Amino acid sequence: MRKTLRIIAVVLMVGAVIFWATTGANQGWTKTRVPQKVVDEVTGLEGVHWQDKFVPGVDFLAMAALGAGILGVISLFVRNNSK
Amino acid sequence: MKTKLVILALVTLAGMAFAAPQTFDFKDPKGINNAGFKLDAPLESINGSASGISGSVVFDPSNPGATQGKIVVATSSLIVPNPMQRQHMLGDKWLDAAKFPEISFTAATFKNVQTTGDTTTADVTGRFTLKGVSKEITVPVKLTYLKDKLGQRVPNQQGDLLVIRSNFTIKRGDFNIMPGQFEDKVSDTIEITLSIAGASPK
Repeated sequence: MRKTLRIIAVVLMVGAVIFWATTGANQGWTKTRVPQKVVDEVTGLEGVHWQDKFVPGVDFLAMAALGAGILGVISLFVRNNSK
Repeated sequence: MKTKLVILALVTLAGMAFAAPQTFDFKDPKGINNAGFKLDAPLESINGSASGISGSVVFDPSNPGATQGKIVVATSSLIVPNPMQRQHMLGDKWLDAAKFPEISFTAATFKNVQTTGDTTTADVTGRFTLKGVSKEITVPVKLTYLKDKLGQRVPNQQGDLLVIRSNFTIKRGDFNIMPGQFEDKVSDTIEITLSIAGASPK
């Protein structure tokens, strides 16, 4: 059980880092929408349309680290099943 | 002599008809009109935009310096990418969108008016109202009059377009938006970019 919890914690943290890195490594806050530029051909104006898209940020990494940390701490208090 | 006077009167009237002030409506059915904003603080940069643009401007192509009008932005239409940040931005401590649903600019006077073809640049002085506080500010604007172009933008409509572009800055502290607080994360200086087109149907 102890080992399982620690493995889950590591998988959680590594998975979060990989997900964050492969989605742009956003060093700001997590975004749930991103701007899309749209150009009006008649006026030449650049408009902004917001597209729903999840882009994890540093707060996402922090939450993953917190979750992994909690699992790690719990694993310290769980009895090892194997003798 | 009488004939010449009649001809002169008719030409003057014809000229006035072609150069009459027009009212342009800035509600955009295509959703292109927008006001972008940027706050660049030492610890954080915030970029967003607002699309809830409305208002009207009276513009005379033969006398651009006499332009009058008011542009309104719905406070609730301001968007930033992070949902929590947006919630705080529109909340009662910052913009208080529920109590102050509109941000507006009412143009009063135009100075340094320069017209080249269909494009006019000028410095516009007017009242900028944000979170219930009104201040007189002067901003540079560029007006582009697009005669008979409305039909190309909106099918089955004939008329003219007026494009307004402006870049200017304000200080949130001047409008009682958490003055002097959190300036390392939320810059006191707000850069605003206005890109809007109004329609005057015939």
